[in-house]
Amino acid sequence: MFKDDTIAAISTPIGEGGIGIIRLSGKDSVSIVEKIFYSPKNKSLEDLPSHKILYGFIKDPLTDEMIDEILVTVMRSPHTYTKEDVVEINCHSGMLPLRKILELVLKEGARLADPGEFTMRAFINGRLDLSQAEAVLDLIRAKTDESRRIAIEQLQGGLSEKITIIRDRLKDLCVNIEAYIDFPEEDIEPATKEEMKKSMEGIKLELLRLLETYKEARFFREGLSIAIVGRPNVGKSSLLNALLRKDRAIVTPLPGTTRDVIEEYLNIRGLPVRIMDTAGIRKVHDIAEREGVKRSLQSIENADLVIAIFDGSEKLCEEDLEVLDKTKDKNALIVINKCDLPHVLDESSIIPYFSSNEHCILCISATRGDGIEELKSSIFNHFLKDWKEGREGVLVTNIRHKIAIENALSSLGRALSGISEYAPIEIIAFEIRDSLDSLGEIIGAITTDDILDSIFKNFCIGK
Amino acid sequence: MYKEGDYDIIVIGAGHAGCEAALASARLGFSTCLFTINLDTIAQMSCNPAIGGLAKGHLVREIDALGGEMAKVTDKAGIQFRMLNMSKGPAVWSLRAQADRVLYRLSMRYVLESQKNLKIKQTSVEKIIVEDGKAKGVITSLGIFYGARAIIVTTGTFLKGLVHIGLETFPAGRAGEFPSVGLSDSLREHGLKTGRFKTCTPPRLDAKTIDFSKTVPQWGDDPPPPFSHSTEKITNPQLPCYLTYTNNETHKIIFDNLERSSIYSGRVKGTGPRYCPSIEDKVTMFPERQRHQVFLEPEGLETKEYYANGIFTSLPYDMQVSLIRTISGLEEAEIMRPGYAIEYDFVFPTQLKHSLETKTIDGLFLAGQINGTSGYEEAATQGLIAGINACLKLQGREPLVLGRHEAYIGVLIDDLITKGTNEPYRMFTSRAEYRLLLRHDNADLRLMDKGYEIGLLERSVYEKFQEKKKLIDEELLRLKKTRVRLNEAEKNESLEQILKRPGINYQFIERHSPPNKQLSEEIKKEVEIQVKYEGYIQRQMEMAERLKKIEDKKIPKDFNYTSVNGLSKEILSKLQEVKPVNLGQASRIPGITPPAISLLLVAIERLKKERGKSQ
Repeated sequence: MFKDDTIAAISTPIGEGGIGIIRLSGKDSVSIVEKIFYSPKNKSLEDLPSHKILYGFIKDPLTDEMIDEILVTVMRSPHTYTKEDVVEINCHSGMLPLRKILELVLKEGARLADPGEFTMRAFINGRLDLSQAEAVLDLIRAKTDESRRIAIEQLQGGLSEKITIIRDRLKDLCVNIEAYIDFPEEDIEPATKEEMKKSMEGIKLELLRLLETYKEARFFREGLSIAIVGRPNVGKSSLLNALLRKDRAIVTPLPGTTRDVIEEYLNIRGLPVRIMDTAGIRKVHDIAEREGVKRSLQSIENADLVIAIFDGSEKLCEEDLEVLDKTKDKNALIVINKCDLPHVLDESSIIPYFSSNEHCILCISATRGDGIEELKSSIFNHFLKDWKEGREGVLVTNIRHKIAIENALSSLGRALSGISEYAPIEIIAFEIRDSLDSLGEIIGAITTDDILDSIFKNFCIGK
Repeated sequence: MYKEGDYDIIVIGAGHAGCEAALASARLGFSTCLFTINLDTIAQMSCNPAIGGLAKGHLVREIDALGGEMAKVTDKAGIQFRMLNMSKGPAVWSLRAQADRVLYRLSMRYVLESQKNLKIKQTSVEKIIVEDGKAKGVITSLGIFYGARAIIVTTGTFLKGLVHIGLETFPAGRAGEFPSVGLSDSLREHGLKTGRFKTCTPPRLDAKTIDFSKTVPQWGDDPPPPFSHSTEKITNPQLPCYLTYTNNETHKIIFDNLERSSIYSGRVKGTGPRYCPSIEDKVTMFPERQRHQVFLEPEGLETKEYYANGIFTSLPYDMQVSLIRTISGLEEAEIMRPGYAIEYDFVFPTQLKHSLETKTIDGLFLAGQINGTSGYEEAATQGLIAGINACLKLQGREPLVLGRHEAYIGVLIDDLITKGTNEPYRMFTSRAEYRLLLRHDNADLRLMDKGYEIGLLERSVYEKFQEKKKLIDEELLRLKKTRVRLNEAEKNESLEQILKRPGINYQFIERHSPPNKQLSEEIKKEVEIQVKYEGYIQRQMEMAERLKKIEDKKIPKDFNYTSVNGLSKEILSKLQEVKPVNLGQASRIPGITPPAISLLLVAIERLKKERGKSQ
């Protein structure tokens, strides 16, 4: 059970947020990170005192490519969580740097940690007893949620600002009502029903607009999946590599080299994309290959978008027609590969398969990298036609935030119908405070003292 | 040293808190001694001659439901009763009474003096004796020792009290009375930390010199509704208050003389309440206001003295005279007593447990204004709870701790000991997250069972209450079960469903389908409220239920917060200061974040498992 090798893992959730952490534990932690660490001031991790932070970059030792700007913390045994040497790399989040850095440390000798393995090590090394270990596992869950929250707020920037503005408007209304309730003998002019209604309708509209963005942001939040399909040897793996700009899948001229579905991750202008290179779709006899084809079909079924790839240097063959048949009802992009070779394929025989005009045809050369950027743009635009980079406005991307806004809206709705039904003012106040509390959950604000503060600021209370 | 006697419980101070504490203690069968600096000012209303008002009225009703005295005495001394907020819903209705100041204190004194087990002594307590962390007794200014098993300190504004009128200052407990000087040092010597608050009072005027025809009279309700559940009828003659206003001329006088105000000249160091600002504050903070209300309130039936509510001030005497005389109706008014500001020591209430016992000194309880509150009702409430809990402690029983969903008392004490306060704390309905549950009308339904169980609520009152409760339940059941069709066009519906409709009241139901028994107006109203509010009451109950889960996570008394990794220094120091009894209370401490609560939860669960194993 106990191995004394060095383990590594991404310890923050993938795909969202501003901070990513890669953690290593084990005796080689420092030397492994040292190999990929570049300090502009020529500092060395080996010389760094325990529990200190050093600024620098992660670079790929083979290509000297700078991967990310980072902070490294070195914590030496035994005063660490696992009682082993621990190194934490704080980098920018997003799939690309995190995965790349993890790959580098794995390449340099670390092993990918099993879930909970850091805590298990702490337990095994006598730092925690089993019940403590259990408790800490719970805590890790709690912590992850929290870092997710922080990360998301950083990504979104404006959301808490926006919520604060909306909430302040609601609070103003609430303050007026509360002052009217608590200080009946002061000269306080209550808001009229019409004023309250108007104000609440306005707030409701703003919240609805925010809620709309949740749908829009789904792809940013959850990422999307793309399946690359095509007959064997049409260049699927080359395309994948071209998209990733690295050799990930094994590429040979032999048909059927890719027997399983290979998943890779890609980041197109912040849009997390899971891209699946499927086994070729063709008639097979080999059981393993048949399984591969089955999985390919499954991937097509599940994908948000299918890239159907054809060989431009050859005529459409029966297997290509099979591919067309499988993809015709799908959300698909048509890619003609090998456009560096003489063009033979007759595209007009493809077009009839796709009734809608949304299927555009792109010519690329996966090996030369021609047309790859255009393909990426097409993918992006396919999902976010109206998306403009750096556009104004705020996105709701977190399910917790979405639920909070929905709750705030239903309380507001009840407050509004309360007004129409002549409900007593404290009932209206109850619903509005409910709504304020829901919005407060997003930004961590508390209501009661807030309201009293505003009452004393806005009204001259003095009997 | 002369030793005069040993008591179960000693109460220091005979204000609103002290009276309730001493009565509770004596009524529960404990030998009690109540010390006061001045026998003639027992239960003195030091500020406005009124009891109740929003949220405060709720507190008075709760005191009554638990078996306290304030409501009954107010009914005896009240000269105007008004249910406030009648244009709003029943959860925020609240009774307020103008009381005859002299009648009030004499009525309370009579109750105290008639009480078995209770001795009352005029003397100033200078020292509290603590041995091995336990309160043992007190020493008076004459050097006499009195032993006790529990001590309740209810000294109000008397601790190092300092009165300011303009730039004049003199030590006083309130105008015209000796302060308590030694006692607050004694508390500090025992390790309690104190702060300084201030509060302001208005001038009192001679009715002979007021032209009431230039003011608007405000009468109370007719018939006057009583505070106490056991009062049948208010018998005092009723008087009006009179409303007039300040004007620009008044404001100009204040503006031009700010440097002569003790508050604005920086001489008063204590923090004052924002809800009760001095007139100096009002005109500087709200310069756009053309006028401020002034309520002229009668001080009693047998006096011409009127309380000028709204003009709280610490301006010098001559300025008070000039500014008063700018006000309509007061052009020739004579000041009988000037307004003044008073500064006093209070004990930071986060040093208390929910029972109002100090965390560090066993058997020492604090109640009332000494805990940083303001108001007679807030004080009386704490006195009652401290009195009850001192008794329960001596009986070896669990303290009475009311939940935030059960009573305004619960909100008050939980706020004080959890959040502390940075101004004199007054109750507001907006402080209660369960406002729809904590109504004026249902104080008895919420608390009488508890009052009776403790032994304070009289049997006859409790039996009457049970009868009322039975009738309410029967009527609610009848409304649920009786189905009618109002007219041909409508479908068959229960009376309950019909009563829930907007615009339908109980009188409508009664006309259509009268109950089998004659029901009192009180019961009819209660039934109507419970039916109409049912959905909201339900929702608030569910909220309380959800919170209960986290309230049930107790934090061991000896819990070591430094053992929890990952708490920030700020959070750690707050937790160590408040020492919350459960995670619910911890979560209400300002600045405590949800992740900190998760960390605490994990650490507590871990400790539990470890202790479970080792046993």
